[in-house]
This record gives sequence, structure tokens and C-alpha cells, in this order.
Amino acid sequence: MSRTPLDTVEHAAATPDVELPWAELGLKKDEYERIVEILGRRPTGAELAMYSVMWSEHCSYKSSKVHLRQFGEKAPENDALLVGIGENAGVVDVGQGYAVTFKVESHNHPSYVEPYQGAATGVGGIVRDIIAMGARPVAVVDPLRFGAADHPDTKRVLPGVVAGIGGYGNCLGLPNIGGEVVFDACYQGNPLVNAGCIGVMRHEDIHLAKASGAGNKVILYGARTGGDGIGGASILASETFDDAKPSKRPAVQVGDPFQEKLLIECTLEAFKEKLVVGIQDLGAAGLSCATSELASNGSGGMRVTLDDVPLRDSTLSPEEILMSESQERMCAVVEPDKVDRFLEICDKWDVIATVIGEVTDGDRLEIYWHGEKIVDVDPRTVAHEGPTYERPYARPAWQDELQADDAGKLPRPRSGEELKDQVLKLVGSPNQASKQWITQQYDHFVQGNTVLAMPEDSGMIRIDEESGLGVAIATDGNGRYAKLDPYTGAQLALAEAYRNVAATGAKPLAVSDCLNFGSPEDPAVMWQFAEAVRGLADGCQQLGTPVTGGNVSLYNQTGEAAIHPTPVVAVLGVIDDVARRTPVAFQEEGQLLYLLGDTREEFGGSAWSQVIHDHLGGLPPKVDLERERLLAEILISASRDGMIDSAHDLSDGGLIQAVVESALLGGKGARLVVPDGLDAFTFLFSESAGRAVVAVPRSEELRFTDMCRARNLPAIRIGVVDGDTVEVQGEFTLTLQELRKAHEETIPALLA
Amino acid sequence: MTARIGVVTFPGSLDDRDTQRAIRLAGAEPVALWHKDKDLKQVDAVVLCGGFSYGDYLRAGAIARFSPVMDTVIEQARAGLPVLGICNGFQILTEAHLLPGAMLGNDHLHFICRDQKLRVENASTAWTSDYEQGQEISIPLKNMDGRYVADEYTLDKLEAEGRVAFRYLDFNPNGSLRDIAGITNEAGNVVGLMPHPEHAVEPLIGTGRTDGLPFFTSILKKLVNA
Repeated sequence: MSRTPLDTVEHAAATPDVELPWAELGLKKDEYERIVEILGRRPTGAELAMYSVMWSEHCSYKSSKVHLRQFGEKAPENDALLVGIGENAGVVDVGQGYAVTFKVESHNHPSYVEPYQGAATGVGGIVRDIIAMGARPVAVVDPLRFGAADHPDTKRVLPGVVAGIGGYGNCLGLPNIGGEVVFDACYQGNPLVNAGCIGVMRHEDIHLAKASGAGNKVILYGARTGGDGIGGASILASETFDDAKPSKRPAVQVGDPFQEKLLIECTLEAFKEKLVVGIQDLGAAGLSCATSELASNGSGGMRVTLDDVPLRDSTLSPEEILMSESQERMCAVVEPDKVDRFLEICDKWDVIATVIGEVTDGDRLEIYWHGEKIVDVDPRTVAHEGPTYERPYARPAWQDELQADDAGKLPRPRSGEELKDQVLKLVGSPNQASKQWITQQYDHFVQGNTVLAMPEDSGMIRIDEESGLGVAIATDGNGRYAKLDPYTGAQLALAEAYRNVAATGAKPLAVSDCLNFGSPEDPAVMWQFAEAVRGLADGCQQLGTPVTGGNVSLYNQTGEAAIHPTPVVAVLGVIDDVARRTPVAFQEEGQLLYLLGDTREEFGGSAWSQVIHDHLGGLPPKVDLERERLLAEILISASRDGMIDSAHDLSDGGLIQAVVESALLGGKGARLVVPDGLDAFTFLFSESAGRAVVAVPRSEELRFTDMCRARNLPAIRIGVVDGDTVEVQGEFTLTLQELRKAHEETIPALLA
Repeated sequence: MTARIGVVTFPGSLDDRDTQRAIRLAGAEPVALWHKDKDLKQVDAVVLCGGFSYGDYLRAGAIARFSPVMDTVIEQARAGLPVLGICNGFQILTEAHLLPGAMLGNDHLHFICRDQKLRVENASTAWTSDYEQGQEISIPLKNMDGRYVADEYTLDKLEAEGRVAFRYLDFNPNGSLRDIAGITNEAGNVVGLMPHPEHAVEPLIGTGRTDGLPFFTSILKKLVNA
């Protein structure tokens, strides 16, 4: 086997004219020139590998960060925020000495290529982000979007994604408590697989990704490093560095949940004994990311001996080791006298752990291979000083036409019989149908703290057994609304998640987001992105819920066709005592149903317009965040003081969808009366925001309506929980049996 | 006095903390046991909890069965130590030949998590005496490999000897033969089942029922009265 000489720092300085494959690694010419300028020489192959992955869109947010700054600039004053944007995940104070960290990330592209592993490693990555903050993960959620439900490829992608999420998450012992499943032809070829995780810790246990204290050891632990998930590895492994290597390797990583479970337990045990100074998980960009971020966030430099990295494949080159995205690995910075104990804990859990370097006095990140220096960089230039683009953006010409195509002009049902027919179609349509076939493949019960799980409005987890303190999380996003108006669409996603948290009785505290868009090189997409970020930042400012972190996924498009702009928003809430939580299901016959909020003729982007007319046009529902805040306060007070027994937010599908869900879950029907001033169609199908339907025990009616009146929240009595039918007086009656059949058989028929 | 009930943690065990909580709620003292440790710390009974021990690689429970702690568990179970195997624990008990039969992948090939109705078919074992014979209960089920199988002779023998402890009601979630959800050994000290009683011990949590608690009160009463 012939080997070209090792591309050391010295060699690079002596051979300025050697051509490096920067373009093949995804770097632009000016980006490469900037690297040369930073280093004052050409980079070595290893340095180029590091810069190329760290300066990628995925790691550097180079197209999005000029917009994302608004989340910081417009952040509302909020004492609850303990750690903000920039760390692995934000941390929020939830009282009683507890802190909660949560984040949503995307694993969209890999999940299309290889649904099972793509989705599985998406769960693995977000869970490691949470552990890296010092928290024990306590729950996961999965907002998912697929192509048309009846498209043959959906039957390939969806079952694989669901099995991957279940296969990985179930093995970790994390209850899956929420998320969404949405179908739309725009996601054909670009499914969105977002994964969220919540972790809990005591305030004093917060850990940060930084390497401080010269002499402290850098320990790599977890799985061995292999050749999987190397971005552009085929180029690195070709002529320039070594002719004799296999050139193609799978770009999608393969997950091992068992290894991850051991990693969780062993990391938490090391935290408990206070052995860790700084910690970082190895996700995208692997060791390149972990070493450069740890070093640049700390006070000193770092020296790493790459030969000491345990390998799965001994033929890997240093460039490949630096770029590998092998799963289930973490990097910890540990004081020298605690190294032995740290290694002992790893050994107890059969986790491989190796000291690969140490923190130094200087400010350089130096990496050695076979005794020679192959990387010598200022880590900040790798981790934080990547390129920033002000991508051009422009409102697309078709936006006006789309908004002018008013859904209010669509033919409406003209009789009770037609209404009934459309209700059955709606509740049985793939987006509105029960997702039980999917969610029953996830473990909701493990850890024994699950208070609410899907299909509840938000998932809820008890975090203190004595006091009953709990947290709730909801994720929402409506790409159809955002397509009609990205600014409003983002705010509607925020409003819905906020409302969902409040509907279960929890107080919304903070926001994380996963922003899924098409190509940033398309000015129309960039405009959608800019508008959505502006909408979300303004909305969070108004609601007083800071964005604590999140993720941007761009290039979700095939050819010219981008997905609908899909900002997915996660809202985290806190509840003092989970015993006060409010479920969706109707609890008792005779209870009175109240509709809270204003109902207007708003059908743009609605489920009705999609299901009945396959239409997308007009304007999305109006947003009134002050109203959302008031509604949330009422829902929380009513839950705390025992004035309501069930609550359900109104969103896609409108009132009738919500009532049918509550009825089916509770096994109790409802008699509804169309209120004065509304027609039956608008009453049942409008998607006006800022609304919820609640069931009030008769003994509480006066107290509840007094409260609404005093606070100026419209509350109209619309009926009563009763019988085994859903009846809209004077219009139609549907038995629970008919509704159940329509609602529950759709998804298994399509996918099982 | 109370009883000390051990809960074994294997690498990949998931419900160990939940099981310890259930034991505590029943009034007994949970004792953590470690898979590499042969010592059972003089506990009065042992629970093998749910999860994916050793990643369930090779076959669910197949590797765990050879762990050091199991040497002692097997030996003492044969001498009468009460042992409960839940889900993965049940799989380990069959792999260890403390219970007959084996577990295959669910017939529908998916993981399934649901609130499962069961009938108590034997209320005289060490772990079921606080139930009524024939009582119908609902506790969570969650597994990938929950299809109980055995040869006809073994199944007939189990039925004849009253060793089918639990049967699935209304819906067989995994294709288990004769709707068998759990079984006991001849002596009644070793019981295994796929559903998770430790997830049904508090009114607010999970399914909101406490139908699983009698497992833990049964054993406590037996040990305290012994």
C-alpha cells in the first residue's frame, strides 16, 4: 500500500501550492480563501476537514443567523431563563430548585434516505444534547410530517420513521408523550422528522460545553469511532490523501440505543459525583465540533492526540476520524485527580473511555497524529467565526394571488345532511384521524411519571413525587397557514402550542423551535424564513416566553419545489401540582360545554378547505396574542380551582373536531346548540385562533362564567356532555360508533 | 417489620426505578441489585424488571440469563425465593428455564404500548394473592417480543395445573398462544408476565389506575406473615 506523506502543519506551510478539495467538501472559493487568510498558510487536510464541516450550513447557521439574532434581541425579560441560546439546549427554572432543559431538532434528510436509522439517530442526537446540559432526560416528543397519506412512498417512509423512533426511544426508557403527524403532498420527498427532548436537573447541576483549567483531561467516551456518517468522506478518502481506501461509505449513521442508554446512566453518575468540568456530545461534525467548541468556549486551548481515539476501523485517516459522525459518543473535560474515578464509572457501565488530550494554557487547538502536528488553529475561528450570509430575500410574486384566492368563497354545505357528511369526512381524513396506530408504537409509561401523553393537548410529566410539580410540553406547526402568510403562520404555531400547554393547566414558560424550510438560495424561501423568524420573535416577546434554543433545517426541497414553510414551535410549561391537570376527554354526563373566545368566518388554510375542496388560499386566521394570554390565564385558573373537568384547544378542524375527540376519548357524547349570531357551518368548522372548549360541572358554572365575564373573555354555553351521540341540534346526529369508525380506521387502513 | 425486595439492574434495564417506586408504595423496602454482583444482599424476594437487557441482542433475555446475578437468582428461586419477572424479566425467566415456554416477536411485527385488560387466572401465587380469582384488571403493556409460545403438551400441562396466571382479555396484543399473558412455576414462587404492574400503582400516573399494586402488596403480606 502506498501512502502519500502525512499532511502536517509543517508540510502545509512548506507546500503552499498544493490544491485541496475544498469545493468537493462543500466550501465556496471565498470561504476557502478566508481559511487561508486566518491561518496565514494553506490548511492541512485535517484542518480543511474541520473547517468544512463546522462552516457547513447545518453547523454554522450561516444563512440563518442574521435572522435568528432577533430571538436574542427581542427576548422578553424572563427570570426563569437560566441558560439561553447558544448552549446545547436552553435551561429554564421551574421552581422548587428544579431546572428543565428542552430542545427540538431535525433529522429530515437522513430520514428520507434511510427512514429507520435516520429517525432513530435523530432521537439519539437530541437526547445527548440534553444529557450534555447535566440533565436526566425524562421525555421525548416527535413532530413528524410526511407526503400524501395515500402516496406509495409514504408507506415506505412513515412506518420506518415510526419504528426507528420507537426502536431507539423505547430502548432508552424515555416516555414519548407528544408530537404531531401531518400529511401533505408538499412533504413528498422531503419528510420532516423533528425530535424533541426534555431533561430535568437541580439548578446546581447545570453543565456547560466548555474546557477550562489547564491540565484538565479531555476524555472521549461511548462508542468507538467508525467510518459512518462522514460528510464528504469519499473525497477525503480518495486520491489526495490515500489511494488505497474504500471510497464509498454510508452517509447515514447507524444508531445503537443500548450504547446510548449506558452513556446516559454513566454520564449521570459522573455528574452526581461532580467529576465533570465541561461536556459536549458528538453529533454533527463529530470530534471536529466537540473539540473546537469545548476549546473555544473555555479559557484555554486544547491539545488532542488523535491516535488515542478508539476506532472501529483501524484504517481510518485522521481526516475521517475528525469528521466521523459515529453515534453514541461524548466528550468530557475532567480534572486530573478525578480521571481515575471517571474511568471507573465508565468501566462499571462497560463504556469505553479514553483520555485523548488535555486543556492547555494557550489559545490554540492542536491535534497530533503519529507524533506530528496536523491541526493548529484558533478554535474560535472553527466554531464561531464561520461565514455569515445576508442572503437576498423577496416576497414571491405568487403570494398576492395565493392570498386573493379566498377560502371563504368555497361552496359550503347547505343542509344538515351535508354538514353531517362533511364532519365524517373531516374527522376521518388522514390529518384529523386518530394517530393511535402510530403512537402505540411508542412507550408512554416508562419512568412512571407520565401524567398526560398524546392525544392530550400537551404531554405532562411529574418531576417531583412529593410536591407533584410537573412540566408540560406541546409542539405545533401548520405549514398551510405559514404558506399563506409566514409571519402569521409562525405566530399561529406559537399560539397553538402555548394554548395547548395552558389547556392542560400548565403555565407556558419558554419556547424552542425547529424551523423547516426550503433552499435559502431561493429568495422566496429566504423571505418565508425571514418573515417566520420575525413573527416568532415578535410573538415570543409579546407572550413573554423566550426562545431558549432551537434548530434550523434548510434545503428541504426537491428541484424547484420547496416544502411549505414549516416552523414547528415547542412550548414548555410548568404546573405546581399535576393532580390539577385537565384532560381532553369528557369526564361526566351533564357537564356544560362552554366555547371560549371569538368565532369568525376564517377558513383560509383550514382542514375543511383541504379535506372538502383540496384548496389552499386566502389568509390564515387572525392572531391576537393578548387574547391568547387571557385565554391561557383563564384555563390555568379554572384548572387550579377545579372549575373545569376537561378542556380542548380549538385548532385545525375547528370546534367539531375538538368535540368529537373529547367525546371519543371519554366515551361520552355531546348535544350542541348553534349559538345566536353564528351559522352552523362557521360554528363547526371555523379555525379562529384563541379558542378552547371546556366542560364545566354544573356546580361550578356560576363561578366559571363570573370569572370569564370579569376578565372579559367571551364564553358561550354551547351544549352539554350527554349520551352516546354527537348531536348538533336541528342539523344532524352522529353516533359515537360511527364517529369512532371514521376517526380510528383511517390510519391503519392506509399504513398497517 | 417489612420485607426487602431486590430489583436487578442489567445494562439496558429501563423500569428499575419504577419498580423500586412500586415496592416502596406497597410498603416494602426496595433494594438495588447489580447484574455483575452475585450477592443478593439477603433480600426476601427479587423482581426482574422490564427493559432491553444487554440491548436484547441475540434474543430478548438470552444474554442476561448468563449474568453473574442470575446464577444466584436461579439457584435461590429453585429453593423457593419469590421471583417476579416483568416483560424483559419474564423473557429472562424463560431463557433461564425457571418458567417454561419462550417469547417470540409480536405477530403484527410492531412494538405495542397500550392499556391492556387481563384476567387473573391464579390468585394463589406469591405475587397474586391480593387479587380475587377471576378478577379483571387493566395494566399497561409495552413490548416488541411478547408472543408467548410453548408446545401443546406444555400448554396443556400449564392449564391443567392452574399455572396460567394471567390471560389477555378482549384483545390479544401479540399473538400469544391461548391468550397467555403470564404464568407461574409449580411452586408458585416464580411468576412472569408481559404487562407492567409497576406502571399501574398511582392514581394520577400512566393509565390512572392502581390495578398493578396488588402484585407488590401480595408479596409483602406473604413475606411479613411468613
